[in-house]
Formats: sequence, C-alpha cells, structure tokens
Amino acid sequence: MDISPTSATSPPPRPTRAATRAGDRIFLALSRGSGVLLLVIMAAIAVFLTVRAANAISEDEGNFLTTFAWDPNSAHPTFGIAVLAFGTVVSSVIAMAIAVPIAVGIALFVSHYAPRRLASPLAFVIDLLAAVPSIVYGLWGALFLVPHLSGVYSWLDDYFGWTGVFSYSGGPSRSIFTISILLAIMILPIVTSVSREVFLQAPKTQEEAALALGATRWEVIRMSVLPFGRSGVISASMLGLGRALGETMAVATVLSPGFVINASLLEPGGGTFAQNIASSFKESGELGKDALIASGLVLFALTLLVNGAARMIISRRKEYTA
Amino acid sequence: MSDVIVDRPTVSDSAPLPPAGLHRPRLPRWAPAVVAALAVAAGVGIGLGAGLSSRAQWGLIAAILFVAVMYAAAARVEGLRQAKDRLATSLVWVCFLLAVVPLVSLLWETIARGIKVLDGAFLSHSMAGVLTIQPGGGVYHAIIGTLEQVGIATAIAAPIGLLTAIYLVEYGRGRLAKVVTFFVDVMTGIPSIVAGLFILSLWIIMLDFSYSGFAGSMALAILMMPVVVRSTEEMLKLVPNELREASLALGVPKWRTILKVVLPTAIGGITTGLMLAIARIAGESAPIVLLVFGSQVINNDPFEGAQSSLPYYIYEQWANGNDASYDRAWAAALVLIAFVMILNLVARAIARWKAPKTGR
Amino acid sequence: MAKRIDVGGLNAYYGGHKAIEDISMTVEPRSVTAFIGPSGCGKSTFLRTLNRMHEVTPGGRVEGKVLLDDEDLYGHGVDPVSVRRTIGMVFQRPNPFPTMSIYDNVAAGLRLNGRVRKSELDTIVEKSLKGANLWKEVKDRLNKPGAGLSGGQQQRLCIARAIAVEPQVLLMDEPCSALDPISTLAIEDLMGDLKERFTIVIVTHNMQQAARVSDRTAFFNLAGVGQPGKLVEIDETARIFSNPSVQATEDYISGRFG
Repeated sequence: MDISPTSATSPPPRPTRAATRAGDRIFLALSRGSGVLLLVIMAAIAVFLTVRAANAISEDEGNFLTTFAWDPNSAHPTFGIAVLAFGTVVSSVIAMAIAVPIAVGIALFVSHYAPRRLASPLAFVIDLLAAVPSIVYGLWGALFLVPHLSGVYSWLDDYFGWTGVFSYSGGPSRSIFTISILLAIMILPIVTSVSREVFLQAPKTQEEAALALGATRWEVIRMSVLPFGRSGVISASMLGLGRALGETMAVATVLSPGFVINASLLEPGGGTFAQNIASSFKESGELGKDALIASGLVLFALTLLVNGAARMIISRRKEYTA
Repeated sequence: MSDVIVDRPTVSDSAPLPPAGLHRPRLPRWAPAVVAALAVAAGVGIGLGAGLSSRAQWGLIAAILFVAVMYAAAARVEGLRQAKDRLATSLVWVCFLLAVVPLVSLLWETIARGIKVLDGAFLSHSMAGVLTIQPGGGVYHAIIGTLEQVGIATAIAAPIGLLTAIYLVEYGRGRLAKVVTFFVDVMTGIPSIVAGLFILSLWIIMLDFSYSGFAGSMALAILMMPVVVRSTEEMLKLVPNELREASLALGVPKWRTILKVVLPTAIGGITTGLMLAIARIAGESAPIVLLVFGSQVINNDPFEGAQSSLPYYIYEQWANGNDASYDRAWAAALVLIAFVMILNLVARAIARWKAPKTGR
Repeated sequence: MAKRIDVGGLNAYYGGHKAIEDISMTVEPRSVTAFIGPSGCGKSTFLRTLNRMHEVTPGGRVEGKVLLDDEDLYGHGVDPVSVRRTIGMVFQRPNPFPTMSIYDNVAAGLRLNGRVRKSELDTIVEKSLKGANLWKEVKDRLNKPGAGLSGGQQQRLCIARAIAVEPQVLLMDEPCSALDPISTLAIEDLMGDLKERFTIVIVTHNMQQAARVSDRTAFFNLAGVGQPGKLVEIDETARIFSNPSVQATEDYISGRFG
C-alpha cells in the first residue's frame, strides 16, 4: 500500500488505483443512498399522512372513531371511521375464512393429490391468476357475480334468515358479503401458491415414515405435512388478509356504499377504508381530502400490523427450521 | 367384487390391533366417478325441480351430495379410517373445482364479452367526442397513459430497487441493512391507495402541483420498489460466492466485479422480477383515481394535465352504467389482461432460459 | 408373529427405466437376511417393493409376486395401507416426527389403528422402547420432542415406533449409515434380539455388518450403468463370505470391485 513518494517509476498505477477507489466509493454511496431513500420514503409516508390527518381530525365536529357519517365537506364537518372500520375488518375476515380452507385444499391438491401431469401446469395457472388486475375482478364481480348471487342469497335467507345476519330482501346483492366472496376469490391465488410452496417443502422422509406405519394418504398429510406447513399457511393467510384489507377498486366497483352498519351482511350498505377513499375522492374539497387521508392512515396502520405479524411468523419459522 | 365384501372385518377400528389380513374391502376404482356423475345429475334435478335460479346453488348441492355419499359408502364398505381418507380426497377435489369455477368464469367472461368491440379502431381511437351511451370510441388514450405512467414508474423504481438490492446483498452488514430489509418488507404491504394518498398529500396538496401522469407514476414507483428489491435480492443471492472471489482475487475492484460478473450472471432472473413488477403496477387503478384524474382525450404529455390509463378506463366505463360502456369496459379489461399476461409469460420464459446454472 | 416372504419373478420400474429384474428369493422367518451389493444395484428398491413403498415414488411400478405366508402383497383387493401396517420399515436417516414427543412418536402407529386406552398405550410404548433398548435413556423425558435425541437414539426411536404396531416383518434400509460406530453397535446388538420376534431384512453397504448380524445374505449386482439390478445369489451368510458359488460375489466380497 505504502508507495514511496521518491519512486519515480510508479506514477502510472497511481491514477487507476485512485480511480478504482473512487469508483468503489461512488458505487457504495449510490447503493447505500438508494437503501436510505427507501427509508426516507417510508418515513415521509408516515409523516405526511399524519400531518394531513391531524389537520382533518382537529376540524372534525363529530367523533373520528365513532361517528356514523362521512360529511367532511359541509359547513359543520362531521365524519367518523366506525362504518369503514367495521366493513373493512368484517369483509376481510370473512374473505379469509372462505379463502384459506379452500386455498389449503387446492395447495394440497397440487402438492399431494393431483396427477403429476396436471400438477405443474395447474400451479402455473394459479400463479398467472394472481396477476389479474383487481379492476378486472371488480368488473366481473359487478356485472357477473352480483346478478348470480341473488338466488343464493334468497336461499340463505330462507334457511338462515332468522339469524338476522343472513336476512335478505331481494335487491341487487351489492353487499358486504358479496365483496367478501369477491375478495376471497382474489386472495385465493396468493394464499394457494404460498401454501403450496410450504407443503412441497415438507420433508419426504417424514411422509415415508408415516406411510411405513400404515397411514392412509390423509393420515400422512395430517401427521407430517400439516404440522410442518402450519406456520407457513398462517403467514400466507396474513398476507392474503393484508391484501384484502387494502383492496380498493374491486370493492369500489361492487359495493353499494352507505354510512350504516346493517345487521344483515347480505343487504347493501357499509363501506371499507379504501373503497370510501376511491368513491368519495372526486366530490371532496380540501378538508374532505384530508379526512380521506386520515382514514387512509388508519388503513395503513392496520395493514402494517397484519403484515408485521405475518413477517414475525415467517422469521420464527425460519429459526425453527434452521 | 362380492367375494371382497364378504370378508369385511367388523368395525376393526375400535380394536387396538386389527387382524393381520392384508385384504380390505375397497370401493371399486370407478366409484368416485360414478358418484360424482350421480351427484351432478341430482344437483341439476333438484335445481330444476325446486326452480333454483342460480347455477351456483346447483353446483353446491352436487358438491355436498358427492362428499356425503362418498363418505357414507366408504364408511360402510371400507371402514372409518378409509372413509376419512376418502372424505379428505373428495374435499380437496371439491375445493379445487370450487376455485376453478370463478376463475375460469372470470377469464371466460372477459374474453367472450371483450372480443365484441375489440378491433383496430378500438385500439387506435380515444373517447374524444363520443357520448358515453353511444357505441364506438376506444382505448388509445388509455394505452398511451398506461405506457407512459408505467414507463416513468419503472425508470424511477428500477434503478433504486436494483441499487438497494445490490447494497443489501453485496455491502449490507450491520444495522442499516437490517433496518432497510425490514422496511422493504413493510413497504411490500402498503395498500396502493395509501401510496396514492401519500403522493396526493406531498405533491398535490403540499407542493401544489396539478394532477398528472407523473404524479401517478410516483405512486406506482413506490409500489414497485419493494417488489424489485425482493426479486433482485433473491437472484443476487443465487450467484455463487466463488465467482465474486475469483474476480476479486484477480485484482478487479469490487464495483467492477459487481457490474461485470455478478449482475450479468443474475441478469435473467433480475429481468424476470422486473417484468413481473411492471405487470403488477400496470393493473393498479387506485392511485390513478387520486392522482391522474382521468381524461377522455389523448394527452401525450405525462407531466402536464390529466391522463387516462387502462385500469382507470375500465372503472370509468363501468361507472357510466350503460351497455355500450360495459362493452368498452370488457374490451379494455381484455386488453389489460392480455398485456399483463404477455408480460408474465415472457418473464417466466426468460426465467426458464436464463436461469443461473445452479445444478438443479 | 414372524412370517416368511416368497418373492417370484419380480420386476420394478421407475417410469420407463427398469430398476430390478426377475428377482426370486425366500426370506426365512425369525432370522436376519442382509442385502449387499454395489451402489445402484437395486437392493433398496427391492426392499421397498416388499412393503409396497416403491409405488409411492412417482413413476414407481412393480410386476411379479411377493407372498407373505402365501398371501400375495400385490394381489387383487390387497390394501397397501394394511401391507405397510403389517411390514414395518426403518429408514436410512432417522426420521422421527419433529412435532411429536418421544411418547407420541412411539404411539403414532397405534393411534392410527384406532383408539387405544391410555393404560394400554403406556404399556405398549414402554414395551416397544425397551424392545429398542431405549427405555432407560428416555424414560424420564417421554414428553420431550423426539428430535432432541442423538442420531443413534433417534434411529432406535424409529425402531421402537416400527415395532410398536407388532409387524410381521421389519425392513431396514441401511439403518446405520448415518450413525457413529457406537450407535451402530447398539443397533446391531438390537437386531440380534429383534429376530427372536420378527423377520428382519436389512440393506447394508457394510459387508462386515452383514457378516456380523445376518443369518442369510443376498448379493445383488448390475451388468452396467443403466442396466437393471439382479439377484446374483442368496445363501447362508457363512457360506457367502467363505465359499460363494458365484465368482462375482467373491470378487465383490474380497474388495475387487464395488
């Protein structure tokens, strides 16, 4: 390293070495800078949303958490997220309850039941379906699914209407339950493909151990595949839940919104955070936009919570398997 | 078959050790197919008889009948354990069919309804001067908008994402790398509408710029970055360390090693990841609603004035609420799906051909 | 308990590839039969055809007869699940169920076959662990996970799990190849005890092991790469190792190839 200043024969290497050092330094600075930029963006998202939200909440003449109305553009702005929070959480949780068992079934079908020739094209198609844009699901939901569901809903009303949750008076079925079904269909591919990956990683030796004890195929899965895949399925479901919570256009297209909480899931009305932002945006004034940003901040926090939980489960699992 | 059924062990499931016989009465191989056919027939029969309007109900009845009959038959003939096994198998098949039906229907409806008005004129005209209740018009302005917005978003997100991934894999040790990794994960979960709200509050409310394609691009870039970082990271990790060490041992500086050895080795996978990320943001409509505002006419300048985009166009046409607009919405959906699917297929083809040879 | 196995004209395939060809032999009850031969000669594949595990591998297919006391394992109406329940197997790598305790691992097979009373289960678990020479080491930590044991202990746990369901035959696929010499010795000793009650078939790479533990030895060989493996000869172990009737066996045993 130490180049004596007296040696006259060594000037040529010097500039190149300086250049390479500079090159390394610039490259490191660029790549580290990009990483820092990501952090800055994340921080900026939190800060800017909070600033606007604080502005909106200070002007709110209702209670931001409990008011059943969204009227930020009037002379007496009153708005609250109760209906949105209810709709968002209920629709996403129902979507998960529908999608996860089916997704686990399909994942098992692909990993352990389907004939080999069918399995890999099937996995490929499922991956492709995950790429269908949400607005297309919305269009299909509004123009195809909604008309097809009213029959099923009358049926549900006939048998389960007494519960109140499933009473249905026969209008267009653009309700919370419909968007739950649509969300379930939308998150099915992602939950399936993550679960399938985990099931395929289940150690073959343990499956053979179960087989050699005289286990049926289902018993093999119960003894060696499901215990291995459980945390993977949980984190896949959380990822799906995160998507369902933030889904905007499909819900905005299908739901017939209203600032009420219906006891019946089959009646129109209700709303979700993301849907309300998209649907009310164009009629919003300055405060109206801030109010929407405030509701967006709540959604942001909610998805962070869910995704954080999913990540924690995944990293715990990594420690467990390593 | 009758000789098999005769030596059926009587409720062997309760005994700790079943008799050692290897023969067990089994349902014939064709039983599931026959039961399935009968269940479908019964489902259709009941559906028609009771006048149930929706095919979904017919299918549900058939599925429930199939599962129940298979379970009962297996429990009678083969014993409880086998019946449970059959139950699991039938449920898994039913799950598969249950999921395939809506997904196939989605693709079928889009293609069947979209093809009606999709032609050269549809692709090469905007909605300028077309009344929404009239047939005609097209998606040209939306395609221009989508291409420009996605192009700009890629131009922003790809370098940042690539460099961040390089930092994490090649340089990243210590706290900063851990924090960045964590927040990349967090960023992956940001709902698209929240990214839109952020740009809205920063760019339009705070800095007082107007709605433009560029504003939308920034939101799309935020959604794209973490996806690019993740996929690039995975690919760089696949590059064997021996390659890096060999190059460094030759006295090649680290940045040239990364540029000349590491990146070329992983370029196939990186391209795939990039294309999948593009496909994903091309279908995003929520930030566009907030930031680009939508337009009926061609606007070639993404930095000035409202634009349209394919997903936004679909939403807008649906919201018009008449048959001519629905037709246009389906046709645009078909164009969008085709665009996204082609990106996906090409990306996966590249991944298959240019995969680093890791010996798999 | 132990039963005799008669194999006649058995071929096994992986997809289009024939892995073993035309194997016929008899495995005597209450004895240890060892399979030896060079890598790829199909001895493990053959072992897996004896409890219908071969057909589990994708593309796996079997032709021929395997009679267990005159009952063909591949006959019409035979349930592979019952076959595997009757013919137990121990694998090359110890594979206890990682999420189950030691107790639950041993009880796993019994629980599959129906509800057993707790007291009865306790008795069988203890008996099986004693049978696998593991009871003394684990009796105080039956509720700890099985994966926490050493490799040799795990393998004995797998043996305990296999014998808990009282199989007729015990198949062992190179059970010591992943173990240290002391654990290997423990398992070899165990085989001497187990053959009082079970018919044992063991695949091994280690000729000394075959000589030490087995009563009869079968030598498998293949004509060349890509050719199916064949049974060269089967005889009393002492005879195979001192005076085999085929030249190839002698060449292999004396270390001239393989």
